[in-house]
Amino acid sequence: MKDFNTTVLSNQEISPGFFRMRVLAPDFGKELHPGQFVMVRVQRNPAPFLRRPFCVFRTGVLPPECDGLPCREYVELLYKVVGQGTAIMAALHGGDRVDILGPLGNGFDLECGAGDVILVAGGIGVAPLFMTGETLVRDRRVDLLLGARCREEVLAVTEFERQGIETYVSTDDGSLGCKGLVTEVLEQRLEERIPAVVMACGPVPMLRKINSICNSYEVPLQVSLEALMGCGVGACLGCVIKGAGHSDQSPRQLTVCEDGPVFWSRDVDWSQWS
Amino acid sequence: MMEQEGRDKVKSAQDSSAKQAGQGNSAGKPDLSVSIGGLKLRNPVMPASGTFGYGKEYARLIDLERIGAIVTKGLSLRPKAGNPTPRIAETVGGMLNAVGLQNVGVDAFIRDKLPFLKGIDTPVIVNFFGNTLEEYGEVAARLADLPGVAAVEVNISCPNVKQGGIVFGTDPQAAHGVVSLVRRRIAKTLIVKLTPNITDITVIARAVEDAGADAVSCINTLTGMSIDIHSRRPRLANITGGLSGPAIMPVALRMVYQVARQVKIPVIGIGGICNIEDALQFIIAGATALQVGSANFVAPGAMISIVDGLERFCRGQGLASLGPLVGSLVTD
Repeated sequence: MKDFNTTVLSNQEISPGFFRMRVLAPDFGKELHPGQFVMVRVQRNPAPFLRRPFCVFRTGVLPPECDGLPCREYVELLYKVVGQGTAIMAALHGGDRVDILGPLGNGFDLECGAGDVILVAGGIGVAPLFMTGETLVRDRRVDLLLGARCREEVLAVTEFERQGIETYVSTDDGSLGCKGLVTEVLEQRLEERIPAVVMACGPVPMLRKINSICNSYEVPLQVSLEALMGCGVGACLGCVIKGAGHSDQSPRQLTVCEDGPVFWSRDVDWSQWS
Repeated sequence: MMEQEGRDKVKSAQDSSAKQAGQGNSAGKPDLSVSIGGLKLRNPVMPASGTFGYGKEYARLIDLERIGAIVTKGLSLRPKAGNPTPRIAETVGGMLNAVGLQNVGVDAFIRDKLPFLKGIDTPVIVNFFGNTLEEYGEVAARLADLPGVAAVEVNISCPNVKQGGIVFGTDPQAAHGVVSLVRRRIAKTLIVKLTPNITDITVIARAVEDAGADAVSCINTLTGMSIDIHSRRPRLANITGGLSGPAIMPVALRMVYQVARQVKIPVIGIGGICNIEDALQFIIAGATALQVGSANFVAPGAMISIVDGLERFCRGQGLASLGPLVGSLVTD
């Protein structure tokens, strides 16, 4: 008798509702007496209860599978495995099915006047900036400052460049681009020229720094925030942040899911993360 | 043709046996309507307070006129900021929350939220709570004659706030006191939401029935906690929170069963209901109506599919209404 994790070789429906499954079982035949049984655990972990929020990286259209069928629109998510939910997601294969609720929340405000735009991304924070840059670059200069811990975490650079977005990479360990923080790169850029707006997504410490930089250079800033979310539609109030001017006496709270995830930096109370 | 005749024969046989059992005619659409006090609902399915915002949040996702009632986020006399974040944490088969009753306050609700709800042809049940007995009374007074509010649900069971809430929900005398006060202030249908965080929930249920409640809803969340082993910190800023989701369903079902046998007023079942199977278990255990909670977050269409499922189930069982199912548990 042994307990082992193994691979399904085939799982065939031989008649409606009747199946025949083969699993790999080394040395099993020798030990097994006719009439014995096994206990199967179909899933190692219980399925996560809640959905997970992901920014849409891009959308696209695939040609029809064959003539006469409609084109197939898709959304593409760029995500990092950080826990149980994303680990299960990473194990999905083409043909597996998922439930999607969306589009949700408010994206970047693209009607914020003419002039250059600087996008600043920290690691996986690059995800919501691609479509933003793709849209803005049609009628203005757009630069992307992309910071990451190391070269493996620098994502999608060529896709941005292909859109005509100039991309500047910096990594903590110097393994790609210049060595240093993306916030330092931003400061250097603002010394040279002031854009109409900065749009940023990344970890909160990075966004806080960008907020103080943009304040001192008087550049308007939009940030895309991340939060633990229960519902995604403003009902559970799990993802609230303090808005500018919040106090316990007169609460001014914002939900990241419904009021955000993109905010003008002036609408956010930055002291909540100090 | 033969097949059609065959089916008709089966159906008419079912009809006559249903009639014999006093269950009416099953040929038409089953009548899913239920009565809670003086309030008649088109069906027994409604959201649990705190999982559905003020209704509008889900208006783009589901047809609000297909559910039995809309239950609002819990309101207090003054706006309430609630607890710090993190406020939610996923757990096995459910989630913990310690939102801390964040809400816009009863006046802002009446001004900003109620006008939208008045345009929806579905009864609105306003959930509220107070920090003190006086506050319960004052909120009740503001809702008493308010058009557009069909019923109130008094929360005496929130596990996440220091004062109020659960203080009234765990002591039969205090529960009786607060419900009597609200009863005196309000003629509308009065539902009282009970906590499971108590040795014997039926004691509180009997106390609030005696104080004049028209119905009890059970259960609120079960107090729990979760820890991040790397930081050794609690996963909720409030340290503890209320557990909801499928993980609590067997506990909720047991309590609904116990309460339904002890009180004469209707019991509204809540606790981990996700689908028609769950819903039917509660009805068979004794629930007249149902509230769907955290399942709304995961599957916004859950309530609608439960309504559809109830109709299908009644039709399949030859039931003209849900009445004969309520409390129909077979134990012999």
